[in-house]
Amino acid sequence: MMKAQTIEEKQYLVRFNADTKSHLHVLDDNICLTKCPDKICTIFCPAAVYKWEDVRMHVGYEGCHECGSCRIGCPHENIQWEYPRGGHGIVFRLG
Amino acid sequence: MPEKFDCIVVGAGPAGTACAYELAKAGVNVLLLERGEYPGAKNVMGGVLYRKMMEDIIPEFYKEAPLERPIVEQRFMMMDKESAVTFSYKGLEWGREPYNNFTVLRAKFDQWFAEKAVEQGALLVCETVAVECIVENGRVIGVRTDRPDGDIYADVVVLADGVNSLLAKQLGFHREWRPDEVALATMEILKLDKNVIEDRFNLEANQGCTIEIFGDATKGILGTGFLYTNKDTLSIGVGTLLSGLIKHKIKPYELLEYVKNHPMIRPYIQGSEPVEYLAHLIPEGGYHSIPKVAGNGVLVVGDAAQLVNAIHREGSNMAMTSGRLAAETIIMAKEQNDFSESMLDQYRMKLMESFIGQDLKKYKDATHHFESFPQYFEQYIPMLNRAASQMFTVDGASKWEKQKKIWRDLGSTKQKFKLARDMMKAWKVMK
Repeated sequence: MMKAQTIEEKQYLVRFNADTKSHLHVLDDNICLTKCPDKICTIFCPAAVYKWEDVRMHVGYEGCHECGSCRIGCPHENIQWEYPRGGHGIVFRLG
Repeated sequence: MPEKFDCIVVGAGPAGTACAYELAKAGVNVLLLERGEYPGAKNVMGGVLYRKMMEDIIPEFYKEAPLERPIVEQRFMMMDKESAVTFSYKGLEWGREPYNNFTVLRAKFDQWFAEKAVEQGALLVCETVAVECIVENGRVIGVRTDRPDGDIYADVVVLADGVNSLLAKQLGFHREWRPDEVALATMEILKLDKNVIEDRFNLEANQGCTIEIFGDATKGILGTGFLYTNKDTLSIGVGTLLSGLIKHKIKPYELLEYVKNHPMIRPYIQGSEPVEYLAHLIPEGGYHSIPKVAGNGVLVVGDAAQLVNAIHREGSNMAMTSGRLAAETIIMAKEQNDFSESMLDQYRMKLMESFIGQDLKKYKDATHHFESFPQYFEQYIPMLNRAASQMFTVDGASKWEKQKKIWRDLGSTKQKFKLARDMMKAWKVMK
């Protein structure tokens, strides 16, 4: 059996130096609620940062790989995306 | 008194560092900004670094750079659910000087490369985000960083800020990328005993192998899987256009698990231990997506300028060469003390005349073509596998009968015409 199958287990392999405030902001939860039945960011985000919680989008920015997919892929351009402050965020050790 | 440099390079990846190295070597006062804790901390690549373009910058770098293995074999697997048709080239000339390419781990390599730029005289400042370009009278005169009193000025700013290319977007050099202009790649580094790697991949010490996987690695959607050998790790990953993930509603890490557990792949990685998981975008818009790359006081290099040949998985080489060409242009501009767009535009001309412009032009319609016509990956790769199975299975049927069966498997006359037409079209976009 292969190890680290779930995204939670994969994320444990990564070093993060999380900032105290988020660099990702959903601009309007109402757009997610009313206009976005697929909530596709919860699918394609490679770190499962986005989780829909009934009426709002929970953004687990601490585990973000800073790839930019959510900014480009959000069909409603509803995600404000910045880099974390210098030195913060993901720290790749190998690849 | 604010800080002023001849040049500020934003981003210490292969493009930015190559540029800073060449500038510093020529005596230009250059600041290399990096937002990560160290160069490489934010950078991901499948792992193939090309010797030639690196040697154009540092001759015989392979004698001291932290490399994994020189690649002596490149395999291409056309994979179906339980089978694969594989094409491979193995040549020992790649295993000795001057070498063709190497696998590298970017966090190690990028640190080393940036250190070499520092040795030449570049000033490297990490943990600093360039949040915007400072523009005055239509000219970029510096960058605003996220440090207190963080405005820094320069005659020219080189944007090597990677695939997201936020700074060039801010300047209006390109619009936001579309989901079909970027591929999302996920990857894992798997620890595995050196000897086991060499046995499994038919290698000797200090030889490496790369495998590119088409077809079922991406469940038929446009993209590729890859499996590369490092010293005592493997890099395994899968990348598909972001638009493909959206359309098919696929979770990228589940796709990665699918590849890892595929019966054609699993035996290679059995018993290995995942030690890192990484995700990154790759610019795959190609020729049509190359933004404006030169403006007044500013140049764009590497991923930030969409300089990736997705068909040949070349990117780091284009990054380095673009960085070097940008440096050449800046040195010339400095001699004439002219950093206007018309002067710096020589960089664009150099870029387009080089292998970068030529290769991207050659494949300018390829990605879009294969994206628009999913049958290549969905139907033709399985068809090829069935044909190979039919032809090589000895079951008493004559070879003529087998050929007839394969012919029938291609479908009705109408479908055969479609297939022939698709092959012609594929040839046209690749030739």
